Amino acid sequence: TVMAAPMTNDQSWFYALALGVSFLKCLLINAYHSTDFEVHRNWLALTHSLPVSQWYYEATSEWTLDYPPLFAWFEYGLSHIACFFDKEMLVVPNLNYASPATVLFQRLSVIVADVVFFYAVKECCKCLREDKGKDLLGKPSFILTVLLLWNFGLLIVDHIHFQYNGFLFGVLLLSIARHCQNRHFEGAFLFSVLLNLKHIYLYIAPAYGIYLLRCFCFTQSNADGSLQWRSFSVVRLVILGTIVLSTFAVSFGPFIALGQLPQVLSRLFPFKRGLCHAYWAPNIWALYNIADKAFSILARGFLRCLVICALGSFMFGWHVHEKAIMMAILPLSLLAVDSRKDAGIFLMLSVTSHYSLFPLLFTTQELPIKIFLMLLFTIFSLASLKTLFRKGGALLNPLEVTYLLGLIPLELICEFVYPLTVWQKTFPFLPLMLTSVYCALGVTYAFIRLYISLLTCSDTTKKTKMQ
Amino acid sequence: MENWSLFSLCVLLGLTSRWAVSFHSYSGAGKPPMFGDYEAQRHWQEVTYNLPVHEWYFNTTNNDLNYWGLDYPPLTAYHSLVCAYVAKLLNPEWVELHASRGYESHSHKLFMRATVLFTDILIYIPAVLLYCFYFCDGSSKQKVATALCILLYPGLILIDYGHFQYNSVSLGLALWGILGLGLGWDLFGSLAFTLALNYKQMELYHSLPFFCYLLGKCIKQGLIGRGFFQLAKISLTVLVTFALCWMPFLSDPKQPLQVLHRLFPFGRGLFEDKVANTWCSLNVLIKIKTLLSRETQLFLSFALTLLFILPSSLKLLSKPNLWQFKLALVNSSLAFFLFSFQVHEKSILLAAFMLPLLVKDGLLLPYVVTSLAFLFLSLYLLSHLTRTNEPLFWYFPFLVISVATFVWLEPPAKFPDLFPVLVSILSFLHFLGFIIYFNLVQLMEPQRKKSQKKTN
Repeated sequence: TVMAAPMTNDQSWFYALALGVSFLKCLLINAYHSTDFEVHRNWLALTHSLPVSQWYYEATSEWTLDYPPLFAWFEYGLSHIACFFDKEMLVVPNLNYASPATVLFQRLSVIVADVVFFYAVKECCKCLREDKGKDLLGKPSFILTVLLLWNFGLLIVDHIHFQYNGFLFGVLLLSIARHCQNRHFEGAFLFSVLLNLKHIYLYIAPAYGIYLLRCFCFTQSNADGSLQWRSFSVVRLVILGTIVLSTFAVSFGPFIALGQLPQVLSRLFPFKRGLCHAYWAPNIWALYNIADKAFSILARGFLRCLVICALGSFMFGWHVHEKAIMMAILPLSLLAVDSRKDAGIFLMLSVTSHYSLFPLLFTTQELPIKIFLMLLFTIFSLASLKTLFRKGGALLNPLEVTYLLGLIPLELICEFVYPLTVWQKTFPFLPLMLTSVYCALGVTYAFIRLYISLLTCSDTTKKTKMQ
Repeated sequence: MENWSLFSLCVLLGLTSRWAVSFHSYSGAGKPPMFGDYEAQRHWQEVTYNLPVHEWYFNTTNNDLNYWGLDYPPLTAYHSLVCAYVAKLLNPEWVELHASRGYESHSHKLFMRATVLFTDILIYIPAVLLYCFYFCDGSSKQKVATALCILLYPGLILIDYGHFQYNSVSLGLALWGILGLGLGWDLFGSLAFTLALNYKQMELYHSLPFFCYLLGKCIKQGLIGRGFFQLAKISLTVLVTFALCWMPFLSDPKQPLQVLHRLFPFGRGLFEDKVANTWCSLNVLIKIKTLLSRETQLFLSFALTLLFILPSSLKLLSKPNLWQFKLALVNSSLAFFLFSFQVHEKSILLAAFMLPLLVKDGLLLPYVVTSLAFLFLSLYLLSHLTRTNEPLFWYFPFLVISVATFVWLEPPAKFPDLFPVLVSILSFLHFLGFIIYFNLVQLMEPQRKKSQKKTN
């Protein structure tokens, strides 16, 4: 008989998965893209054609620059490669310019930028507990790689809708990996860079800040996990502070020098005074509770804390886009391959929130793609996590299974049945509302379960640090 | 991971690739007055819906055979009719007699692509899954890997979902036929293959192996007794199927003759375009197309096809087992492709050598992506699952270089067709090598350890 080659001692499967998903992304080059495509084309144009002093003032297009400066520099770098594809895309007045060469370039830039994500995932896999002798499909690192590299949300948001989340989450995951590997200065640096690439990550900044304070600046803790105040290291705090501040300085420096800081901030946080308080208050309330508990939480809690921060801000924030759920799902994947309970929560959250992304792709042509990819990811995550944790009963209880199965009739009604009824004209937003409400149930449930697990986690001092 | 989940993942990957390729252009898009195969299929829906059956294959005032006249057997026509009914429900303009000529719209494209996906899911994909599950050697992982490779095969995807055809129907039905034979359900297998034959006459390429296998099997069971009854049952199944498919055309003797005339257009030349078979390649050196008369060409192609097909068929007749049957299928199709009359490049369904056609259709990007992905995947899985160090790895850079050359270099002005011709000739040499190799394998039966215990 023919023996299967032992695949556990070579890493080629990682590259096979990475290459495979890249091929898939290439096939999606000609799919529908949203206005975000024009947003980024506009930013390519203005960073290329205008001097730095004009970047945050330019308003020919309605899609003004509203990401922090480092992202603007990223677009500036891209624009120099764009020259070789189609110079016309770099002309600011060319609104909605989308020649085939432009589409090809922009799509390829997302696909190539994902290399950062690939590297970060590889680093995260190193932080996992490995079981020797398992066959490839059952290894936690394999499962995690697929859950991250082939993540449904990233595929449809980045490579169809059009965004650079893969690249950004790559930086985030790399930062997390560095913290796992005890390279805290690098982790802090990467997170500072991330904040200067997209400020939405401010939502999870508290988790970072608290973790670094608690686990890094206090070099030792007592046997029961509480703080040992004397072990506070001023040196570490100062170095961390320097790293963070210098990153911000490099990023915002030119604009501070030009006296444009208020303008930049007004672009990044487009709120009036009153709304600002209302927007942040619920967040701070939610986060305060977390922060309170966080002081006694050990390293493993860091990821959990991060996920809850992200999820909490998703739930209680006002201006949140459904895409922000990715900030919770991706780090949760890391937890899911490590613990049974987290795997169950992950399944609930990922299936629900991936479904909630469906309205992003509303074209008929993309309908089969989103259904196939959703099924692909869901079947894989269910089957692989079930196999990984086969000892110890089912991952999901019957109520959870029923809820998830309920998504099927929901999809049939919203996408197929409802448009054929009379109400489509009078109440066109009903399907969207139904989707949002139904998914909110699942997301809230996941949030509550995670919160509870955070509280119970702090009581178990037996858990060893991830270091 | 359980088998069903692995197989579902393969199917979903296959379906996603198919639908993603369908986003791209189709044959003859935006190219009046003739357009391409896409328009041909749409036109057939128009013709079959609006005209009575006895006019489908004839040149009438309402049916201009010069504009994509029907040239596939009746089952294709019935399929077009069914699609036409659906089209009429969605948008009558799509099948309006005469007025819908050259109709192109985004929603129509979606409809047409959806019809391909529907028949693919119904016929081809289940056949592939069953085939891999029951007839592949090796562990379940190897079966899944085989299924994945077959489902991601670029040739079929690009032609069906890019260029636009329904090869998945005829190939799927043929595969059901092979499945039937493999499971010992000879009648079912014959039925399925006859349907395949009545869908596309190209399936004749596979007909001789089916015939020889079944005949050989019946002979082995004894022509006096069981074998004879089996033969009778099979023949009856085949004849009844043919009769049912051709029923509307049997009322008038002129009908079937005209249909056959459309199916086998010996009026056209030895070959068209640049196709990787003997005649096209030979034509580069000796202008046989003009040198020999049409009768001589017909005779020569018939003789050579027969010559190359005979050894394989006779061997199968004497030893009717599944392994021989599979090899005979390969050899038979290669022989037909290389030597028969009026072969079209699509007949080979081998992606690498259809590059010129696909570039013309505007399908370069999906071609490159699917071919590279398929090559990489199959080489990767091959090396990991079978521990063989095939010298196939040199194929990869070879194909990449040839594709790159074709796309980026400008041919010299004196020979504008240089690259397509070179591609054809190189491909032809490959196929010649394959047919010799596979014939040798089938006839000489080198040591096969694992297949010895295989029975019918």
